[in-house]
Amino acid sequence: MSSLLEIEALRIEFPGEEGPLVAVKGVDLALDEGEVVGLVGESGSGKSLTCRAVMRMVPEPGSISAGTVRFDGQDVMAMGRGQLRDFRAHSVGMIYQNPFGSLNPVLRVGAQIAETLRVNRGRSSKAAKAEAIALLDRVGIEDPERRYRAYPHELSGGMCQRVMIAISTASSPRLMLADEPTTALDVTTQAQILELLGTMRAEEGMAMLLVSHDFGVIAQACDRVAVMYGGHIVETGPVETIYHEPEHPYTRALLNSVPELDSAGNVKRRAALAGHPPELSEVIPGCVFAPRCEHVQPGCDQVPMKLMPVGPDHHSACPVRPFAGTGARTTGRGGAAADAERIEA
Amino acid sequence: MSEAAPESLGSEKAHLLEVDSLVKEFGLRRGLAERIARKEVAPHRAVDDVSFTLNRSEILGIAGGSGSGKTTLARCLIRLIEPDGGAVRVDGVDIRAHKGAELRELRRRMQMVFQDPYASLNPRMTIGAALHEAGKVHDRPGAENEQAFVSRLLGLVQLTDRIASRKPRELSGGQRQRVSIARALAVDPELIIADEAVSALDVSVQAQLLNLFLDLREELGVAILFISHQLAVIAEVADRIAVMQYGRIVETGPTHTVFAHPEHEYTQALLAAHPHPDPRMRIAAS
Repeated sequence: MSSLLEIEALRIEFPGEEGPLVAVKGVDLALDEGEVVGLVGESGSGKSLTCRAVMRMVPEPGSISAGTVRFDGQDVMAMGRGQLRDFRAHSVGMIYQNPFGSLNPVLRVGAQIAETLRVNRGRSSKAAKAEAIALLDRVGIEDPERRYRAYPHELSGGMCQRVMIAISTASSPRLMLADEPTTALDVTTQAQILELLGTMRAEEGMAMLLVSHDFGVIAQACDRVAVMYGGHIVETGPVETIYHEPEHPYTRALLNSVPELDSAGNVKRRAALAGHPPELSEVIPGCVFAPRCEHVQPGCDQVPMKLMPVGPDHHSACPVRPFAGTGARTTGRGGAAADAERIEA
Repeated sequence: MSEAAPESLGSEKAHLLEVDSLVKEFGLRRGLAERIARKEVAPHRAVDDVSFTLNRSEILGIAGGSGSGKTTLARCLIRLIEPDGGAVRVDGVDIRAHKGAELRELRRRMQMVFQDPYASLNPRMTIGAALHEAGKVHDRPGAENEQAFVSRLLGLVQLTDRIASRKPRELSGGQRQRVSIARALAVDPELIIADEAVSALDVSVQAQLLNLFLDLREELGVAILFISHQLAVIAEVADRIAVMQYGRIVETGPTHTVFAHPEHEYTQALLAAHPHPDPRMRIAAS
């Protein structure tokens, strides 16, 4: 039952003036081979850091202060420099929010893909070029021979992201880390990139950890989702269960805040969550969500942030369980039927 | 382009804002290839013959992808960017025909709220001072009493008076955006142009801000031009929507009509690409 990726008790800290600031506070997460797991949360929830920790790429001055990351049984935390380099080069690929920032602006995109192939896969220059063009074609870039010679600034954001996907999948990684891969893109381009990632996954059997603040993006691509808040995973489960029967009050509030097309012509106020997500410097005893929670109870400032099973493959960190047995979440207004009609039309 | 006049919530009076065949062109620098080929490059029409109207207390959503001309349009309305053709009329007064004090007065009536509140607030000024300054510059009634003036504004955007003594960096993103809105309100505008005003915020905070815009429309009767690349956000607040593509309005009408029966293929494409939060509504892979 060993998973492809296992993160246990991950803790990430940043140095602060009055002691360390803890950004990720004991996260457990596992991914199976070929599985797509979403990490959803608001800014500062620790989702991106968790994702980066998989490759031990937590940005300075942050550091992983505790916990283990195992990939295919190997302890990533214990890897030496050479091993880590190999692991990053062959086993995992990563794409980020800003594809322009990840590409070298003064090198042609083809050269950047070919470089990956030469260095990581030992291809000759000629073979690397042919393969890079094939990769560009595979990620849906038209006229790949011509685009091979393009500089990043000559390409649109969507095309740059496709190039990044080409680079990160060049060595057929078993795991893709995608940190807000479509956030900077137009909605139509976003749909195309999500579709491309879906295709790559189907063809390569690649697992993916998809980080996004947008539950819509998560719902489009993921099998399972982990909801993060204040450095903790507060709920995890199959994406359908999380959307329709969320257990944790934060997940419910988050989903109820998501703007929906169904609201058109029926303008009314949403029951918005008061306050804002906790700052890094705020230390909240007990449940991190308690200060904003409308179901808060006297003991909530003492409960440990610990995921407990609440259903099949479904865990929540809320011991109060205010929605247990209440069934599906009422999704505001409009209803799904009207929307289904629209999508089919 | 069909204007859905019968359904707009109009009185018989003149529209608050009337935009008539507005055009803005940007000259393009020729690329190396074009220079070598000695090719002429036609100017890019960022705003191409755009016309629409906005009534008092109405919320009009402007949707479109990046590069569709939404922001350029917004900037042309208050002449942050000088339009190349067409007219923008506020209560029948063409803002392109005025300058100096008259233009300033017209601009007072239309206030803009930007995406990044951090960039639109002076980091060295306290929130109270920034709000008061806006009132003083435009000689607003009540601005002589700084404390009461600031307190009323903070109340409008549902912030406590304590915020007045803070600096922008001490506030959260949502609080900063509320302050930007308060500063727009300081000069008693009749129209707020919100350019991606909630796009950078977390969804929980975004929902609060959308409620705030609805409250302000109700309490102050202010009209809002609500620009967003997110159709779902527009669905939450707008009475009518105009969809832009390549600088043109390709479709406009009441929000529910446009969303239920999109006529233009670009609107259809935008709606089809919307990532629905319900996993059962996945966009079918083509």
